[in-house]
Amino acid sequence: MSDAVGRFRFMDQARVNLDGFAVENVELGLTAFSSPHDPIPSITIEQGRVTELDGVAEADFDAMDEFIARHGIDVTVAEEAMALSDVAFARLLVDPFTPRSEVVRLSAGTTPAKLARVLSLLQPSELMMAMTKMRSRATPSNQAHVTNRQDDPLLLAADAATAAAFGFREIETTVPVLDDAPSNAVACLIGAAVGSPGVMLQCSVEEALELELGMRGITSYAETISLYGTEQVFIDGDDTPWSKALLTSAYASRGMKMRVSSGSGSEALMAGSEGKSMFYLEARCVSLARALGSQGVQNGGIDAASVAGSVPKGVRALMAENVMVLMRNLESCSGNDALMSESDMRRTARTIPIVLAGSDFPFSGFGMIQRYDNMFGPSNFNAEDVDDLLAIQRDWGVDAALSTQDPTKIEQLRRQAAQACAAVYRHLGLCDFDDSHIERAVDAAGSKDLGTTDTMAVLNAATTIMGSGISVIDVVTALEETGFHEEAERVLAMARARLDGDYLQTAAVFTESMEVLSLITDPNEYAGPGTGYLPDEHRQHQIDAIRQAVTVDDLRREQAKSASDLLHALGPAEPSSDPRDVVIGVSPAVGREVFTTLSGATVVEVVAELLAGLEEEGCIGRIVRFSDTVDLGRIGLSAAKLSGSGIGIGLQGKGTALIHRRDLSPLANLELYSVAPAVTLDLYRLLGINAGRHAKGARPDPARNPYNDEAIEARYHTKVIALQALERSHVVTNAIPEELSQEGIR
Amino acid sequence: MSDTSRQALSGKDTQQITVDAAVAGELSLDDLRIHPDTLEYQATQAHAHANPQLAANFRRAAELTRLSDEEVLGLYDMLRPFRATPQELADKGEELTARGLPLVGELFHEAAGVYERRHLGA
Repeated sequence: MSDAVGRFRFMDQARVNLDGFAVENVELGLTAFSSPHDPIPSITIEQGRVTELDGVAEADFDAMDEFIARHGIDVTVAEEAMALSDVAFARLLVDPFTPRSEVVRLSAGTTPAKLARVLSLLQPSELMMAMTKMRSRATPSNQAHVTNRQDDPLLLAADAATAAAFGFREIETTVPVLDDAPSNAVACLIGAAVGSPGVMLQCSVEEALELELGMRGITSYAETISLYGTEQVFIDGDDTPWSKALLTSAYASRGMKMRVSSGSGSEALMAGSEGKSMFYLEARCVSLARALGSQGVQNGGIDAASVAGSVPKGVRALMAENVMVLMRNLESCSGNDALMSESDMRRTARTIPIVLAGSDFPFSGFGMIQRYDNMFGPSNFNAEDVDDLLAIQRDWGVDAALSTQDPTKIEQLRRQAAQACAAVYRHLGLCDFDDSHIERAVDAAGSKDLGTTDTMAVLNAATTIMGSGISVIDVVTALEETGFHEEAERVLAMARARLDGDYLQTAAVFTESMEVLSLITDPNEYAGPGTGYLPDEHRQHQIDAIRQAVTVDDLRREQAKSASDLLHALGPAEPSSDPRDVVIGVSPAVGREVFTTLSGATVVEVVAELLAGLEEEGCIGRIVRFSDTVDLGRIGLSAAKLSGSGIGIGLQGKGTALIHRRDLSPLANLELYSVAPAVTLDLYRLLGINAGRHAKGARPDPARNPYNDEAIEARYHTKVIALQALERSHVVTNAIPEELSQEGIR
Repeated sequence: MSDTSRQALSGKDTQQITVDAAVAGELSLDDLRIHPDTLEYQATQAHAHANPQLAANFRRAAELTRLSDEEVLGLYDMLRPFRATPQELADKGEELTARGLPLVGELFHEAAGVYERRHLGA
């Protein structure tokens, strides 16, 4: 592209151009919502039995059709539901007078092809409406990934505690080294319990091992039970709908929550799409998920999100997948767990509608570790983005289930988690960690900060856990016997909760007081404006009170750090008749409460440059404080009127400066330095020189405002408002101008 | 959930599942296993909340509580593609039904027929 014009050479550099974009190709399955090979929705029911489904006769059902036909269709409403036109059905999703329960009732009688067609009609804003209305649980929740490259148990524990403290109610870990899995699960179990009661844990590994860890009570849920949209890919995945059904019941039989995983693009990646659209194939997965009796589905592309993202409307389809899950009355764990673009803007755009609409879990794994430590591969949002999501949550007044945390509290929790984990590992004879390892784990922002660790020791610990049959009961005992009583109680409470089975129900999470919130106990009853979940006062405060928010008092304290008694008042300022006299008018809080400008230079340093510039032109500067106004134009004009030359400089404490002349109106100045944060001391010197030249009637070389590409207003506007408030607090009507001391300034 | 206190599969009452009991060596994993009656209760809840499939799953799970972890994993493996012949699946279905697991047995019967037709048997 080197022969393209500069505009395109420049555009080619954008990170979005690292992403792959595919021309739609039906044969490869590279089409989002529709393919000519997608079936026309249909169903035939004879004597209560489905004998034809989406154009396939019973005798030709493949394994998926068969399972869906036998288990997944409510035959009592199928004919009614299938008779609704696609548009009429789609409108139910956004009609506030149609309750969620009615959509659920009708959806139970639909075939995969029908729901695919219905949802393909929804525009993005309609998908958002539908998600808000259809999500299973009223109160939003969220899931975090906690992993690291070294499977370091102490770092896993510290990071699990951190994730729990930030509000994540499910933690998913996995391994770079499969055999480490039992160690990772135990470490995260301990860490999560330090962070909060009631945090569910999963260790995503091979299915038999995952189930085993669950049976030992170490993990409490599972979600990597993968479904695929064609029989061939399903079989390639070494399962059938019947084996998945058995597995689904196996988890429930041990009191463990589980959801299945599917998502657009996986079939295309395995060259097994059979020419069908991604969305239709996903519709089969979701139908099957309901038929299996899974309480929920993790979808929205998942690992293949970027495949969907490569085709037109692919990102829209990812969200439509989530809504389809909700229509089937299941929990949606809504993806956003794989980095789907190199572009920050594009990956954010993919996720934000779901955050705003509110899903049961907007992320099926927000990476609460840095990208490089995410052993699932980077999530779409990671530790790098926590503050962004907290800010976005606050901006829109929505609840993405995250809470700002105090750094001191997090440090304490991380230390507690690392110590508890080390104590349990020592007590159970798994591994001895020294104190410096604990402290490194506490402070580490990622595993690269740990230095070299003994990865063989981790493997040994994991092998011992597996070999000696260590279970949650051993972990509880070890915690108690090493003095971590609260953590022992919390870990046991999670194990005990499986006896109630309440968290097997759709979309279940635990509150910090171990109440279960689910479709049953916390149903979503959204029915248009004025209804549905809203954060209560306490929760709203958590959302609003991000740690970066400042008050005027905070700013006053910050200014006080650079307080000095230079620029003290000498007495009333008098007019001068000296033609070399140039008055530097300063704002009311200068020398009182405002000492540092937005650029970081002190007011004294700025004034020194102005005086030096004036001196270079043979002028004499005087410093006068005008306390009757905060308006810079009036300060500058008043300064000009007082000065013998008729030229004045106006300077606000925040650093904004101008040159004025006594015969001009307040807003018509000669030069203005409006971008205070970017004004350098050299520029203030130039302002002094130019004021001197105006005073002498010479021609100044006008200064250029130093614009740059920073979001200067975003950075400084809150400070400006607070600084102006400080200035205003020193305004006195008709105050007499005061001359300030120059002593010690130059 | 309901106001009656829950029992573990072992028969132990929920209130007996304590940290002290763990430290005293009085707990086993069976004390942390869900009871089939609890799953039946959850099945009625799921059914009442418009999800009969989830209810059916809980009822199959209630049957599976009677089997050891190893046997459950064995059943899962048997249903994976190309592991068992349709006849073996049908026989297993018979056996499970006879042992009082008719719902899981039905799953095997159904699989036997479909695996035959779709050539998914060993």
